[in-house]
Order: sequence, then structure tokens, then C-alpha cells
Amino acid sequence: MFNSTEIESFKNVWVFCEQRGGEMMPTTFELISEGRKLADELGVELCGILLGDNVDGIAKELGRYGADKVYVYSSPLLATFTTDAYTKVIADAVEQFKPEILLFGASTIGRDLAPRCAARLHTGLCADCTHLDIDLQNYQNFLREASTLPPERIERTKSVRLAGADHSVARDLKMTRPAFGGHLMASIICPRFRPAMATVRPGVMKKRENPREVELLHPDFDLKPEDIKTEVVEVVKAAKKLVDLIGADCIVSVGRGISKDVEKGLALAEELASELGGVVGASRACVDAGWIGADHQVGQTGKTVHPKIYVALGISGAIQHKAGMQESECIIAVNKNETAPIFECADYGIVGDLFKVVPELIESIRAAKAAK
Amino acid sequence: MKIFVTVKQVPDTSGTVAVNPDGTLDRASMQTIINPDDMNAVEAALTLKDELGCKVIAFTMGPPPAEGMLRELMAMGVDEGVLITAREFGGSDTYATSQIIAAAIDTYGVEPEDIILAGRQAIDGDTAQVGPQIAEKLHLPQVTYAGEIKKDGNTLTVKRMLEDGYMTVKVQTPCMITCIKELNKPRYMNIAGIFECYRKDVTVMTYETLKDHPLIDKSTIGLAGSPTNILTSFTPPQKGAGMMLEGDGRDTTDKLAGILAAKHII
Repeated sequence: MFNSTEIESFKNVWVFCEQRGGEMMPTTFELISEGRKLADELGVELCGILLGDNVDGIAKELGRYGADKVYVYSSPLLATFTTDAYTKVIADAVEQFKPEILLFGASTIGRDLAPRCAARLHTGLCADCTHLDIDLQNYQNFLREASTLPPERIERTKSVRLAGADHSVARDLKMTRPAFGGHLMASIICPRFRPAMATVRPGVMKKRENPREVELLHPDFDLKPEDIKTEVVEVVKAAKKLVDLIGADCIVSVGRGISKDVEKGLALAEELASELGGVVGASRACVDAGWIGADHQVGQTGKTVHPKIYVALGISGAIQHKAGMQESECIIAVNKNETAPIFECADYGIVGDLFKVVPELIESIRAAKAAK
Repeated sequence: MKIFVTVKQVPDTSGTVAVNPDGTLDRASMQTIINPDDMNAVEAALTLKDELGCKVIAFTMGPPPAEGMLRELMAMGVDEGVLITAREFGGSDTYATSQIIAAAIDTYGVEPEDIILAGRQAIDGDTAQVGPQIAEKLHLPQVTYAGEIKKDGNTLTVKRMLEDGYMTVKVQTPCMITCIKELNKPRYMNIAGIFECYRKDVTVMTYETLKDHPLIDKSTIGLAGSPTNILTSFTPPQKGAGMMLEGDGRDTTDKLAGILAAKHII
């Protein structure tokens, strides 16, 4: 009988490998890379769990990023995601093989599936994580950089009080995530149950190649059509090509500051973006106003990005927007208002009207490139 | 046919957010609002009520002042409110919270034509976990990220939004649907509704009410029954202020382009 409190009987790090239409989602490779790090810190194996129909081919790709094994569950009933089928197969696999950690991408599929699995398995789940650690030294070093906590409070993170006793968190997964719209960060643990489960925000973990021979396993499983209570009638991909903000090296984002002449503002952003080899992003205000599609949105409810260059044009810098872009390597802000919060996280700021500054900046960049 | 809507009172994170020196949120100094996505769930319920004349019941778990929020929802057209409140329920994570709300809904009674609607996620925690976990505890099918809901008899056809498009999903009642903001535009309270709302019932469910339900056990509710624990919470440091360039002319942009070139950024 499966018992999620028998901590000692759980072993290995598992990653749910999300595929859509037989293609691996890019987040899967980020998670495999991060899972490799956690597995090495624990001294255990990294395993993928892949559900689909005829997906052995894409399963092999996972070895390139450090997977030791992939548990492949193949059936026409698993070709397209349904909550019921995927929850049953994953929860049954966890009961059989007992991984100590189970990671999902925080996609519209991962965030539907993971809570359902956690509730069925009676274990803890942390949503939309942006940082994961096992090693306590690494975790505390992370806190020294990423928090304003005093040293004595960082030192105290080595244990927690549980039922009146000190519990060492040395082997617990420390799952860090933003809360309250990015105003606060919290590190969550799941000390009394296994597997510790997390959904991980797409685009945050770095993809790292770590090639090895990957072993594919095809365990028996039980899934009948009547287990699935929903019927997927159709899956429709958005007609126009979506903007790949997450993979972009450069993003030129526009905000409410373009309202004076939306068409020209967007054209200037396009021109600057093409000069810098980048794509156009936008604040929530622009998306809500209908000036640009939602796939361009950067921020807490949009996408989290960390390009090499992020140019913010006429964006005031609401905390939700900053939460989605402040990890960019170089941030350039242009805003008429010198007190705009965006300047607090900018590496370079120019106070001025974007309609005047951007054409000049394009000229200057062309000149600087020509001079090289 | 009944529609249950789960709602949460949350601190307004779009306004001023005050943080205590120990890194916890200073809730006392913050405004509370009805969680925005939950308003879309309420509107979806009221739209179905307008069409079919069914009863809409709002469920919330929280401290006693959350009753005020239930009255606001009644002024919009919700028929009845259920406030789940007890010291024993405090400190619950998403797992424990969904146990308790599922027990409350089950105690009220789910019939074959009923629907449970929830917001996609709450802005304080942004977890999106409680809806699916309630559905699991009640053994009901779920469809999340609903951008469109159509009802035909006991079949719901839901446009479930994805990052790169959508899928159309058919599901039978009883079921759980979580709603996104694109679904609709929530209505306002109306004057008649404001008068009416104090004549409607708010049922209070406490630990005593729910303690004999199979989902309720000291080991599955509250802080002690939550599988997750907070190790620490903290505020991120402000990134050091960068360089503000003087002026907005070509000299300034030349200087910036020069710096970017020197640093091999361009």
C-alpha cells in the first residue's frame, strides 16, 4: 500500500516531460537540466516520465540534457492531454516507482495536472517556482545574493520546527517562488511527504547540455477509455506565429507611453528591435488596450524573460512588469517621467520622449556598429 | 441545478504593498478585494443563472469579515453565501484548503446537474491549485483556463486556453471549471441587489459543522495538516540604481551606443 509519509522508501528525481502533438515543449529541456543538478546533489538518478503516442523518438532527445532514464507511457489515449488520463498514469507510476522529487513545467497543462496528482498522492506541491535547491550551502549562498535577509536568519534556514522537534532540511527540496505579485519571495519545503512536487516557471531555468546514454523503459500500465471523463473535440494552434519572447536575446518593450501615436510607437519599437536583432514585447497596459497581442506581454501574468538586452520604452515599471524582466542582463529605459519605477532596475536610463529619443538611438546604434 | 462558486478575499497587490521587517506581509495595512479571477467565475455563474434560472451559491474560506465580500456578491445576484471559518482551518496550504472546501461543498450536497466554478488563481499566492484539488477530492472532472463556456443539457463545451492556442473540451456535469479573465466582464452590483443582499442567507460552516466529514481530520487540515511548510520568506533586494544619462539628444544616445559597443552588447 502506497504511503507518502515513508520518506526513506522514495528515491530519484523525476521530470514530467510535456509534449504537444508529438513535439517536446522547450520547458522540458530546461527542467531536465535543472533536474540533473538536483539529482547530482542528491546522488541519485534523473528520470523523465513521458506520456504520448509513439513518442520514443523524442524521448531519446532527453539524454542530451542529462536524463539517465525515461519512463515512456505510449497509448492513443495519451496522444492529447486530458487531466484524467495523465493524472491516473502519473499517480500510478509514482506509487509504483516512488520518486522523491517530481517536477512539472508551470504551463497551462502542468498547472492543471500537478495539483490533481498531488491531491491524489497526498503530498505537497509548490506552484510556479523560479529557483530550486537541495544543497544547503548553495541555497544559503542564493539567499545571500537574492534576499535582504540578515546573516543570522539565513543561518537559521538549515532547519525548521516540526511537531515540536528540529527537522534538518539538508535533503529537502527548497522551492523558491514569488508571491503577492512579486513583492515577496517564499521558500517552501515538503518535509513530511514524498514526492516533493513543484511546477517550474517556463523560461527561468537554463538549458544545459550534459549528454549521456539514456535508457528507455516501457512499464505496463492500466488505462481504459472510461477512465477519461472529458472529451477533447479539437486542438487549435493560434493562426499567427507567436512571438518567442522567452528565447529572444533582445526585447524592445512598449508601454502606455506610446498612447500618443500607437502605430508610430510600435513602428519605432519594431525598427529598434530589428536593429538590435530582437523582438517586440509589451506591458500589460498595451495588451489590455488592444494595441498588441497578449503573446507579447511581459510580466507576472505574461512571460518571464531574461534577454541580454531589454529596452523599456514608455513603461512606468509596475512591480508585476518588473517581476517579469528584471533578470535581464542589460536594461535600458526611456521614459518621460524621471520618477518612473522602471529606472530603479535600469542599467541605463534616459529621461525623454520616446518619439524623440528612439529615432536618435537607432541612428546612434547604426553609427556605433559602422565604427566597429 | 445549482452552481457553486468558490471565491477568496485577497490583499490588493496592485496597490501599496507593505512588508514587515521579518519579511512577512503586513496584511493589516492593505486593502482587501475579491480575487479578480473569482469575479469572472461569479459572472459566468450569473450568466448561466440569467439563462436557466438556477441557484448560485458562493463559498469562501476565511476570517469572519469575509462575510462582507459574500454580501457584495449577493448584491450582484448570487443567491446564497457559505462562509467556512474556524481557527482549526488557519494556516492551511492548498492541499488542506481544498480538503476543507471540498468537504463544505459535499456537505451542502452536489447533485448530477451541478457545476462548480472557480477563478483560475488568486493574486496573493498565484498557485492555481485549489480548484483542481477540490475537483480531485470530490472525484469530479475538471476543465481549467476556461475562456468560453457553453451549456447544452448536462454537457458543457469549454474553450480551454493554451499558451499557443486552445482546445475545445466536452465535459458532463457535475464538474469543476476554472475561469480566466478573458471569459467575460463581471457585472456591477445594482441598487436593488444592495437592498436585497441583507435579506439573503449567509450560512456559516465551522469546524463543528464539518468535523465528521471523511475529508476532515486534524492530520489533513490547518497548519499541521498541510504537506508544505514555509522555510523562509524574504524581499528581493532592489537592483542598484543604474546610470542615468543626461539629456535626450543625439549626444546622449551616442554616449549610450558607445557604452553598449564597448561592452560588446551591440
